[in-house]
Order: sequence, then C-alpha cells, then structure tokens
Amino acid sequence: MSGLSLPANGSAIVAENLSRKFGTFVAVNDVSFRVEKGEIFGFLGPNGSGKTTVIKMLTGLLPLSGGTAHVEGLDVRTSAEEVRERIGYMSQNFSLYNDLTVIENLTFYGRIYSLPTDQLKRRINEIVEVNGLGPYITRLAGKLSGGWKQRLALGCAMLHEPKLLFLDEPTAGIDPVARRQLWDLLFELSGHGITFFVTTHYMDEAERCSHVAYIYYGKLIADGTPNSLRELPDVNPQGTIRVEITTPEVTRALRSARELPGIRSATIFGQSIHALIDDSLSLDTLRHRLEDKSVAVAEIRPLAPSLEDVFVELTYKHQAALEANRE
Amino acid sequence: MNNIFRGFGAVFYKEALHVRRDAGTLFFSLTMPLLQMFLLGFAIDTNIRQINTVVYNADGHRESRELLDRFRNSDTFHVIQYVDNDHDLNDLIIAGKARVGIKIPVDYSDHLLHQMSAQVLVLIDGSDSSVAGQAINVSTAIGLDESLRRVVQDRAAFAVDMRPKLLFNPDSRSPNFFLPGLTAIMLLNVTTFLTAFSIVREKERGTLEQLFVTPVRPFGLLLGKLLPYLFIGFFELCLILTFMRFVFLVPIHGNVFLLALLSLPYLFAALSLGILISSKASSQAEAMQLAFLPILPSVFFSGYIFPRETIPTLLYPLSYLIPATYYINITRGIILRGANITHLWKDGLALCILGTLLLTIAARRFHNKVIMA
Repeated sequence: MSGLSLPANGSAIVAENLSRKFGTFVAVNDVSFRVEKGEIFGFLGPNGSGKTTVIKMLTGLLPLSGGTAHVEGLDVRTSAEEVRERIGYMSQNFSLYNDLTVIENLTFYGRIYSLPTDQLKRRINEIVEVNGLGPYITRLAGKLSGGWKQRLALGCAMLHEPKLLFLDEPTAGIDPVARRQLWDLLFELSGHGITFFVTTHYMDEAERCSHVAYIYYGKLIADGTPNSLRELPDVNPQGTIRVEITTPEVTRALRSARELPGIRSATIFGQSIHALIDDSLSLDTLRHRLEDKSVAVAEIRPLAPSLEDVFVELTYKHQAALEANRE
Repeated sequence: MNNIFRGFGAVFYKEALHVRRDAGTLFFSLTMPLLQMFLLGFAIDTNIRQINTVVYNADGHRESRELLDRFRNSDTFHVIQYVDNDHDLNDLIIAGKARVGIKIPVDYSDHLLHQMSAQVLVLIDGSDSSVAGQAINVSTAIGLDESLRRVVQDRAAFAVDMRPKLLFNPDSRSPNFFLPGLTAIMLLNVTTFLTAFSIVREKERGTLEQLFVTPVRPFGLLLGKLLPYLFIGFFELCLILTFMRFVFLVPIHGNVFLLALLSLPYLFAALSLGILISSKASSQAEAMQLAFLPILPSVFFSGYIFPRETIPTLLYPLSYLIPATYYINITRGIILRGANITHLWKDGLALCILGTLLLTIAARRFHNKVIMA
C-alpha cells in the first residue's frame, strides 16, 4: 500500500494518495492502489464508504482534492477526455434507454464514441453475437428481463473496445444464472487482456476476483489477492485458530458456544458455526464442552478465513483504532 | 477529438427516436395549445356588448322613448325588462339579472320642452370593472350627443368634430388581440416542458450519469437535446399561425418570414429555461411544478392579458426579464401593426441576450449541481 513511485505505464490504474474532500467531510482519505492489466479488481466497502467517489475521480468526473491517479497511463487530472475515450462504464441500474430498441441503444453509444459506420456495424454484430442478443435486437430495452438488460448494458459499454471497464454493482438484482453467466464472460474477457474494476456486495463475487480492495469510510483497509488477505496477521491473531462446527441445532449451539471459555467469536453460516478459538483449546475438548451442554455436534474441523471474515476482522480493528484515536 | 460539440449527432439521433417513440406526448403537447386557441379565440370576447339592462320609464312621452331607442341602438345595452317602480329597478340589479338600470324621471320631457336641464339616472353594477367602464362610456356619450343635438339643432356642423379612428384592429376583434400574444405563451409551454422533461427523465433513469462517463461534451449534449425541441417548437409556431390566419381570420399585416426568424431567439430562450429547470428538478413531478413558475409572470407581466402600464412600479422592471414581453411585442407588431425589422430589432436582440444569459446560467448550474454532485 506504499512506495508506489514507479512509472505508471504497465498498470491499468495507479492511484497514489487519492483524496477527496466535500467541505470538511473527507470522503476519500489518502487512498493508494494499483490495478494491473487483465486483472479483475474487486472494489468493496459499505454503502457511503467512498466507492462511487473513487470511481468518479478515476473517470475524471470529480476533481481530486489530493494525490494523483493514472488510468491507462493517462493522468486523470489533465486528460479526462482521453481517459473517457479508453474506458467503459456500466452503472448498477443498467443505464439504458427503455423506449429505444436493443439495436438503437447500441447504435447510440457507438455514435457517442464516434465509431465510423462500418466499424460500428461490425462491433454491433460482434456484441450481439457474444452476448446472444440476436433474437432481441428489435425489442425495446424496457421490455427485456434483468439479465438481458445487463448484457445489453455491458455490450453498450464495450462497443468502443475499451481496455478497462468499470462495473458498478453489475449483478445487483440479477438472477443467479445470469450472475454466473456474467462472471464467465468477465473471466473470458479478462483472458483477452481486458481489465475490470468491479464493485459488489456479494462475497462470493469478491472471492472470484483476482485482486480485491476494501474501503471503509474513506480509508483503504485491505488490498491484495483473496488468498494473501486470508493470511493477514490481523485476520489470524496469534494463538487462535478458526474452526467450523457442524451441528443440527445451530441456534442453540451458538448460544452455548458463546458462553464457553476460549471462544473469542462465533457466528452462524447455514448449518454450521464459524468460530475463532484459542489454539490452547483442542478440538476434542471443544466437542466435549459443547456436548456437556447437551448440544449435538456432528463435526468440528479447522477452517481458512473467508473474505467476509477478513473484512469483518479488519473493520473491527479499524473501528477500534478510530475510537482509540478519538480518545 | 477536441470538438466541443462532441456527441451532438449521437444525442440528436437518440432524442429524435424518443420523440418518435412517444408520439402520444408529442401529439398532446401540440394540440393542447390549439385547444387553448379555440377557447380564447371563440369563447372569450372582451368587447362588451348587449349588457342586460332594465328600464323604468316614469315619463313615457315621445322624448323619453327616443332616448331609450338610442340606448337600444347602441348595441351596448340590451333591455330585458321594463318596470314601473324604483324598487323593482334596484332589485333586478341586486339579483344580477341586469347590470344596468335606466330611470327616466316623470318630468323628463317637461324639462326638455321648457329648455331646462333634464336628468336621467343610470345605475351601473360596478362588480365587473370592464362592463361598468363600457356602460359609463356609452351612456355618457349618448347623453352628450343628445344634448349637443338639442343645443346646435339647426346649425350644420359641430365646432369641433373629433373623429377617433382605431388603427390595426379596426373591428376591435378579440382574437386579433389575444392570439398573437397567446402564441408566446403556447410556445413557452411546449418547449420549456418538453426540454425539462427530456433531461429530468435521463436523471431519473440514471442514463445521464452514464453519458457523463463517455466522451460526450456538455455542449454537444445540450445542443443535441435542444435542437429536436427547437424543431418541434417551430412546427408548433407554423401550426398556430396557420390556424390563426385561416380559422380565426386574423390578418397578418407584416412579413411571416420575419416573424419566423424572430421566433428563433424566443424559442432558444424558452429551451434554455427548460434546461435551467432540469438542473434543479430531480423528478418529472418536480419539473412539472417548476415549469409552471415562468408561465405565471409570462401571462401577467408581459402585456399578454393586462397592459404592461398597469404593472405596479416596483414590479415593472421584472417585465424586462421576461422573454414573453419582447416576443409579444414582436408577434403583435408583425401580425397586427405590420412592423418590420427596423421596429423590432431591439426586441430580437433582447431575446438573444436573455437566451444566452439563461443558457449560461443553466450550463453552469448543470455543471456544478448535476455533473459534480
């Protein structure tokens, strides 16, 4: 997260000490990160934590209060126009014109990027084919289902063959099949060297990214591959292990588990409980103590932290640090 | 690449599609003004004629009947009833059945025969000032005329013969007065509403946000949005002028092409107003309410219905800020007075300045409140 003074050529995005203030409110506070070409970069954080502000700065819509940002090697402070030529953007509400047909929406966005007529035709054919929009080209965009709208929106954002695409919550309100199909498409495209900057609230989507960052109230508190984040010392405090307790009666088991000594935290995941316990506590002892409280335990096994665990731990730690600072 | 109108063609193409797709709204916004036109052209007549009048003729001799004939022949009064006492005369006016009561006293013809001054009482219901004004004017004129005729009886001519001649609207036809002014209000309606809606709709849908992340330049975007509605406004103007000329038979004394030319800066100002509204409103309902704001001053302070001379001194400068003020002068000037460019260039210039001013404010607000929000 520091020492990023290398030339910006090789990376899709290089943000250094990015800051944005609105009056006295600091929306983005000294944020630095780097996105390499061909990566699927997952940008996560609670609502109102500064995700959209960062996207607006990177796309040249909002001036920077401090720091620098290079997108595709261009300084967003001086070359916003050129940046916008090279990137694609898809907003969470699939900004399509509902009263225009599929082909008209595509034609409009193509003309926005001043594609010559023959190139526009070729690109529209390609997009229609890749996204399977063929049967719907004369249908009004408003009459499409969520999944198809999303494909059309993605198609519109890709007409001008951008090397970097910003997808703002691309799967919000989309059925699981369409969600999986979109991710398959993203992987395929990233294989062709296209970089994706994706915001999402879904942890399973975050796990699929090749690089994730977590922003919490303007501060970047995690940045790395999902696996490197799982191994952070903050997430795995010394002297603790993470376990999964499978039990038929999760609710009662959770109550009992929280009362036991040696258990630092516990939470329910479907038919099991994820707990952080002292490593002095052996798995057998834990099983016996739970059974003493007449909780039936099917299985207890060690578990690697999920990304959700990572973000929750880091958030707690960050909050604690903020409060300590205030006092 | 550095074309400040980047994206204009694309936005124009898209906007034309929106308009075609939403033909219902277009039809409605084009026909509404024509409906207003029919209301004002046919139903409203500000020339007061045939005022209901009640008569109490206590005298009943030849002289008094001659006087009443003159009232009846004036076309201003319409005698609905004769009564025989003061109470009934009053009562009919209070009941609203008659607006004017004429009482000829019992000694009217006697006084005249003896070369004395004879009095006639004309009671006028003052609740409607224009009716009352007309009644006073005409009854006074009849009295004056009657007196003069008796005084100068045998002489060939009056000493002073005042002959007023009404220019430009000789028949005092209401449509001639109203419709040219109405044109300004109707164009304002159509163009301001349509532009404001077309932008606010994109705000609501989130497509505006999307457009800002493309290489579209603000000028290209605004111009692409304005121009289709400029065409619609112009088409509306032609429609209005056609109806005005051939249905309402308002003669157009000046040059129609000059009128068309001078309409452009007015439409420009009205469209800019639409953009200004859209920079404030975040929903179509809000835009609807805001779009009504400029309509009221345009109706009341522009001289459309009430002469600008009646505006209170404090508010008078306001009328200079209203585009309709200049445009109404242009339409009435060309249509009724046959004015040409030498008479109207100042109004055209004022509209250009107002339009540019509005567009600048709108563009600035748009930049600060919409793009940077």
